[in-house]
Amino acid sequence: MQDNYQSSSYKELEQKSKYTNIFLRWFLYFVLILFASYFIFPLYVMVVTSLKTMEEIRQGTLLTWPSSLNFDSWLVAWGGRGYGAGDTFLRPYFWNSIKMVVPAVFFSTFIGAMTGYVLTKWRFRGDQWVFLFLLFGCFIPFQAILLPMARTLGTLGISNSVVGLVLVHTVYGIPFTTLFFRNYYISVPTELVKAARIDGAGFFKIFFKILLPISAPIIVVTVIWQFTQIWNDFLFGSTFSFGEAAPIQVALNNMVLSSTSVKEYNVDMASAIIAGIPTLIVYVLAGKYFIRGLTSGAVKG
Amino acid sequence: MKTLKIEELSKNFGTTEVLRKINLEIDEGNFLVLLGPSGCGKSTLLNIIAGLETINEGNVFIDDYNVSKVEPKDRNIAMVFQSYALYPSMNVKENMVFGLKQAKTSKEKIEEQLEKVSTFLQVDKLLERKPSQLSGGQRQRVAIGRALVREPRIFLFDEPLSNLDAKLRVEMRREIKKLHQQLKTTVVYVTHDQTEAMSLGTKIAIMNHGVIQQNDTPENIYNKPSNTFVADFIGSPSMNLIKGKLIENSNNISFIADGSTLEVPINNYDFIEKLDLNNKEIYFGIRPEHIYFKKLNEEDFDINLRADLSEYIGHEQIVTLDYSNQEILAKFPSTIKIELEKELKLYFDLKHTSLFDLKTKERL
Repeated sequence: MQDNYQSSSYKELEQKSKYTNIFLRWFLYFVLILFASYFIFPLYVMVVTSLKTMEEIRQGTLLTWPSSLNFDSWLVAWGGRGYGAGDTFLRPYFWNSIKMVVPAVFFSTFIGAMTGYVLTKWRFRGDQWVFLFLLFGCFIPFQAILLPMARTLGTLGISNSVVGLVLVHTVYGIPFTTLFFRNYYISVPTELVKAARIDGAGFFKIFFKILLPISAPIIVVTVIWQFTQIWNDFLFGSTFSFGEAAPIQVALNNMVLSSTSVKEYNVDMASAIIAGIPTLIVYVLAGKYFIRGLTSGAVKG
Repeated sequence: MKTLKIEELSKNFGTTEVLRKINLEIDEGNFLVLLGPSGCGKSTLLNIIAGLETINEGNVFIDDYNVSKVEPKDRNIAMVFQSYALYPSMNVKENMVFGLKQAKTSKEKIEEQLEKVSTFLQVDKLLERKPSQLSGGQRQRVAIGRALVREPRIFLFDEPLSNLDAKLRVEMRREIKKLHQQLKTTVVYVTHDQTEAMSLGTKIAIMNHGVIQQNDTPENIYNKPSNTFVADFIGSPSMNLIKGKLIENSNNISFIADGSTLEVPINNYDFIEKLDLNNKEIYFGIRPEHIYFKKLNEEDFDINLRADLSEYIGHEQIVTLDYSNQEILAKFPSTIKIELEKELKLYFDLKHTSLFDLKTKERL
């Protein structure tokens, strides 16, 4: 009698919890889809608008599909309309940005790796102070250093040049890259360095032969971080360069703001997408290493 | 000529004194174990011998040559680390020959050494593997191999077995012992494990607070500890130290524990210095395994003690006894049935006792 009563009540409970689970699951999907569309919405509007003609933009709403796939505005954004003065387009500035990003990412990553190596494996008196001051560099608002930096670039004779921007981005990248590499190398057993010293390897040999070959995950993280930061930078670019030396983000701003006649939304949207594509590519190619590198700890023999 | 000689060596990190006036000598072919609790400075001493740490005072000699300011690679030593420290990006072969390549050894010589050592250590089938593809024991062997190919004068081992599980540790311990027997090289070995120290060392230097407490053969360390620290550190459970004083009259010396009237005769004790012993306050040291349930020797001293507690650990049991309100431990075979809360008739093996000055804690 009692057994019967109990088993039937268990069944009821089981049934109940099943319904609750189904409900919660659907609720979860609903919330996720809501948030996902919230994030994808602006991108959707950008892509759709860039493919429309101005005629369509005026007549339709933000969300309507373009009548045909029309890449004209992309071509205009990239290469201009082909007539002389006042025609701003992205191509030269895109290459400016590449010429700035590649060396700046390379140097800041390399120097960061070196500093991280020294701070963890060749400890010296006061090294924690050096690290602390480097950390300050991560928290200093960049607006605060614009004037002194402008003076410095002027004195060095590299203001308004790609070289100047490479220097600025390298210098202000070092705190972050050092932090990344230091935190990575601190989990690499120092005994590796001791063993290499006994084997007769010196400072640079240990770095290049022992530590760099196991640094791939953190190099990927640093490169993605630095690439995104430098490519997307507007403040330094707009302050320390103008005209032909400007990087793409500055050019994009000039293009969108300086339209003399009608606002061409489709060209503006296409330009914005072009300016964003390289970072997108970097994430797609190396994104999984990014997550892995951020979460992975020690590389134990 | 001493293979290794350390003279008046002191080391401090900032204001912390890590090593204090260390003197140590090792003859060719000896296996010296540096044993001590963590933080006693034993690893620092090993790093100093390797040249990985600087010295504040004193000197290190290898083959009578002062190497105090010589780079690690030029000291003719090799070291095996606790974490093995195999280079993760290199395979076994590259790991083993890395040092030889740095030293610009000829290709033929490198190949010859690699061949010899890898067959000797049975890692010749693993040469192409990365360290991450090896088991703990294999990594250990490769790490030893990396040290062997350099044919050093002195091998340094820094707790090489503490990362292994219990079973493998015993196996590798035996292998290291075998290795030393075959090669007859000079070894300095750091550990905190007394069993490892006892079984491997031809000499053991016990350290505490940066000072060498006793440097002797395993037998002497066990039987004649030079102070209460050594007596307490070696042995499991450690030596019973019973507080009391000495009574000397007409050439008879005996020990009376605090709160007791029983005189334990110690006429046959081998005093270092037979001076002024009457009424001296001492610790009477006897190991748990030297308290017997049955009389074994003619001179064994019989004594009645109350048993309070018995801990069964398989092949034996550890019994807590009450000796006039001082707790002492004894080790008996587990086949013996002990009645608790009752007086037992037991026997002290007086050939295996140690006496220590209560104040200086030094052996008498």
